[in-house]
Amino acid sequence: MSDSIVVHANKNEPVVFTQDELGWLPWLDPFPEADLTERHWAGLVDRSRAKSDYFRLLVRDPEVLEARTKTDKDIFYNTADGLPRAERELAAAATSRYNGCIYCASVHARFATVHSKRRDDVQRLLDEGVGTDLGARWNAVVRASVALASTPIAFGKQHVEELRSVGLDDAEVVDVINSAAFFNWANRLMLSLGEPTKQTDT
Amino acid sequence: MGTETSDVIDILAGIEPGSSLDGIRARRLQARENAQKSYVALFEPVDFGDVAAAERYAVAAFVAGVHDEPAAAGFYFAKLAKAADRLEWVDALKAEIERARTEGPYGAFPAGPLSVEDKAGLIYRVGGDGQRVLGARLVAALEHAHLLVFRPRDAAPAAMQALLDAGWSTTAIVTLSQLVAFLSFQVRAVAGLRTLGASLGHHANAAAKAS
Repeated sequence: MSDSIVVHANKNEPVVFTQDELGWLPWLDPFPEADLTERHWAGLVDRSRAKSDYFRLLVRDPEVLEARTKTDKDIFYNTADGLPRAERELAAAATSRYNGCIYCASVHARFATVHSKRRDDVQRLLDEGVGTDLGARWNAVVRASVALASTPIAFGKQHVEELRSVGLDDAEVVDVINSAAFFNWANRLMLSLGEPTKQTDT
Repeated sequence: MGTETSDVIDILAGIEPGSSLDGIRARRLQARENAQKSYVALFEPVDFGDVAAAERYAVAAFVAGVHDEPAAAGFYFAKLAKAADRLEWVDALKAEIERARTEGPYGAFPAGPLSVEDKAGLIYRVGGDGQRVLGARLVAALEHAHLLVFRPRDAAPAAMQALLDAGWSTTAIVTLSQLVAFLSFQVRAVAGLRTLGASLGHHANAAAKAS
């Protein structure tokens, strides 16, 4: 069997950052839904993810996908004693904006808007980039995320101090670190294994 | 619970059992345990499948090295050295890390309003000596890893084709992509926690002096 890439005549590639829902087209063949075994189902974690080309491509390595998904869920959804969901999503959106992942930014900008009700501020982050002024607390989260996303990593004690100065405790600083660090993982998968499209029904 | 010494992020970030950061990490136990399970699935799997152990450690050492994260690079180089038949790779990889270092992220956006943010930078290719020692398959992996680390927004189907041409299967490309992307997470979690831990130490010392 000889593997090959998948080429899409994608006339609907988004060329700006948006909070609209986007689709995603894989450049390699997803694992066929009909051939999924118990090992693959475990890797998918949620059975509904079998409908997603992205997750059916990643499920070719089921153990990594399962661990990745569970890491993701705890970092973003476990809000006990920690940073509010809105600011975790802000860290994800800012990281995605800085790395250049239009698809990831669209998803997590929407979540940031839902949880913060600050749609215009979120849109300004997308339109103007990570240097825009979003107020002291959000600026601190964005700056920490950007410093962490840079290579070599530019995150230093000044970022910890800035996060503390706007009211974050140490556990909340860890939530910023985890949320931002995780999107350096997610961005690289979404950007390198396929492309976004404005058609969501593909 | 939460104080297993084998947790790689804890080891690399210098988080001691019973420390304040150990306690904070224990409050996100699923994330902590599954970050470790991700590491195990990529670097100590039951079945290495389409990607050899030495290839995994070599790419990881390269990714950590170009991030300028010596603790992580040393960790993966040590794992590579244990894969005894690949000792000749170590010097070649260290030379390539020096050639590959730069500052990211950079790259091009889809043509349009974002093009004003396009940023040019190194398009890394393994050097002649490296190619001879490392072989076409690992060379393709290192060049792809550099693309993912520094200019992920430049990714294109042609990069997938280059890997297929060098003998990487679709499934192996998924594993390689996860490995590089996971490392991008791991070194940042480590750097962030290490920085926070150092500031806690400072606070603790300051408090001790004040009392």
